[in-house]
Amino acid sequence: MDFAVETENLTKKYNDLLAVDQLNLRIKEGEIFGLLGPNGAGKTTTLSMLATLLKPTTGTARVNNYDIISQSSEVRQSIGIVFQDPSSDDVLTGWENLYLHSLMFGVSKEERKRRIDYVLGLVDLKDRAGDIVKKYSGGMRRRLELARGLLHKPRILFLDEPTLGLDPQTREHIWEYIENLVKTERVTIIITTHYMEEADRLCNRIAIIDHGRVVALDSPSNLKMKMGGEVIKLQTRSPALDKIKGLDYVTSVNTTDKGVVLTVKNASAHLQEILGEIGQVESVEIRTPTLNDVFLHYTGREIREEAGEGGVMERIAHMRRGN
Amino acid sequence: MGELEGFYALWYREIKVFTREKSRVVSSLVTPLLWIIVFGGGLGSAVSLGGINYQVFIFPGILAMTILFSSVFFGLYIVWDRKIDFFKEVLVAPLSRTTIFAGKMVGGSIDALIQGIAMLLFGVILGVKYSFLNTVLAFAFMFVLAAGLVSLGLIIGSNMESIEGFQLIISFLVFPMFFFSGALFPIGNLPKYLLAFTILDPVTYAVDGLRGLLLGTAQLPVIVDFLALSAFTVIMIIAGTLSFKRLK
Repeated sequence: MDFAVETENLTKKYNDLLAVDQLNLRIKEGEIFGLLGPNGAGKTTTLSMLATLLKPTTGTARVNNYDIISQSSEVRQSIGIVFQDPSSDDVLTGWENLYLHSLMFGVSKEERKRRIDYVLGLVDLKDRAGDIVKKYSGGMRRRLELARGLLHKPRILFLDEPTLGLDPQTREHIWEYIENLVKTERVTIIITTHYMEEADRLCNRIAIIDHGRVVALDSPSNLKMKMGGEVIKLQTRSPALDKIKGLDYVTSVNTTDKGVVLTVKNASAHLQEILGEIGQVESVEIRTPTLNDVFLHYTGREIREEAGEGGVMERIAHMRRGN
Repeated sequence: MGELEGFYALWYREIKVFTREKSRVVSSLVTPLLWIIVFGGGLGSAVSLGGINYQVFIFPGILAMTILFSSVFFGLYIVWDRKIDFFKEVLVAPLSRTTIFAGKMVGGSIDALIQGIAMLLFGVILGVKYSFLNTVLAFAFMFVLAAGLVSLGLIIGSNMESIEGFQLIISFLVFPMFFFSGALFPIGNLPKYLLAFTILDPVTYAVDGLRGLLLGTAQLPVIVDFLALSAFTVIMIIAGTLSFKRLK
């Protein structure tokens, strides 16, 4: 079987920092694949290497069967990218932005207008195509960039934090557009995100990345199932964990700053016993595992959603252009 | 074919931006006009050089200054551009870096040239005599100067990671290039310490050449000025192309 992306010990080092550490990934054609991890885990670095924007320190990868080092031009022609920060020109109209893209990505003259029209339709921006991008909302701009990423019929679309900095309602819309694209365009989508619900909702498979390494890789439901039970979250100041760790129905124990998160087989039946062992508890919550719990399980840390991050450059851009 | 269309795309974008941001064009002409009207007019009321009114004497120098500032700034702008703006999209396109550099360089040069032409028109008010030949040659000087300086800006911009060094470049490069060029004084009898810098400053040859063409008074033959300026520009274009190849 051909893979859309196949990496071979892909590694990127910045001085002493190992940003991506011997990554071996195989991404299937037609799937939505998620790279999930906290900021600084190496997601964007990985994406940049796959998109031939960064040269790997060692190792390589094949994207659409083209080598990212020796065939970068072919790779670029066969992929589309939507960046974290806005990358459309806000002095130009939506249509003009797409037109420029069609010129730079070699969309043939006969196809240009039809193709621009088509992708504008995909993201419902036909009515606003003649407006200057400065007048677009954040969500519209992201949609325009999605459309642009698809303009030259790429076989893979890379989305780097596609909903970063968007409000919940807009995020929901963007998700719907992405889901639609997979149905209508038959394109492989590779997404980086640190939003758990985003990964859960969109991705067929997820690689959890921490410190440049894949710590777990599976479908969201399998990842949650592999946790082996339900999650008990206990708010407590001084948990007595020694005995808890020894219980055979407790599959994982993680301490957080507020208390303890346990994964327990048949949790409701064992709750009484756990409470007896652990001592003074302020609150108890039992639930089926979420990706957040999966992440905590594999990395020992909670993923944090840093609001506003990535928006800094956006703000500078607005300052500079005087609005 | 693809490269040519990519080149056209980059150029098309610069022209669109230029025509939409008219306020920027107008404001870029304010400083040179202040130099001519206030500084030139003020000092000119007391000084004339070789029978030429001082205000008219500095006109070619201010013309070169207009090109100098707008060209270098245009090049430096890619520091922002590649982080937060459209240039990031350009860098992922399947285009060679040579094409991208050429597109930027020509786009920026035309941008600067249009501002230069606006200044040339102002020369009519000052009584500068234009003929077909000297106008065409002045265009050539301005374009070659702009191409070299846009390239210089792009070289610095592509090697800069953040905008922090910006003020440094203005203080230690752009202003010295303006002051040493002889834009404001004749370079015939300069003390040695000034002369050395003046000879090294590429803008000197543009100022001298434009002065020769428009006012008929120059230190060097126009052809020598043109060759010296062209040599600078060729070196900058080569260095710029190499810089872009290393650009992430």
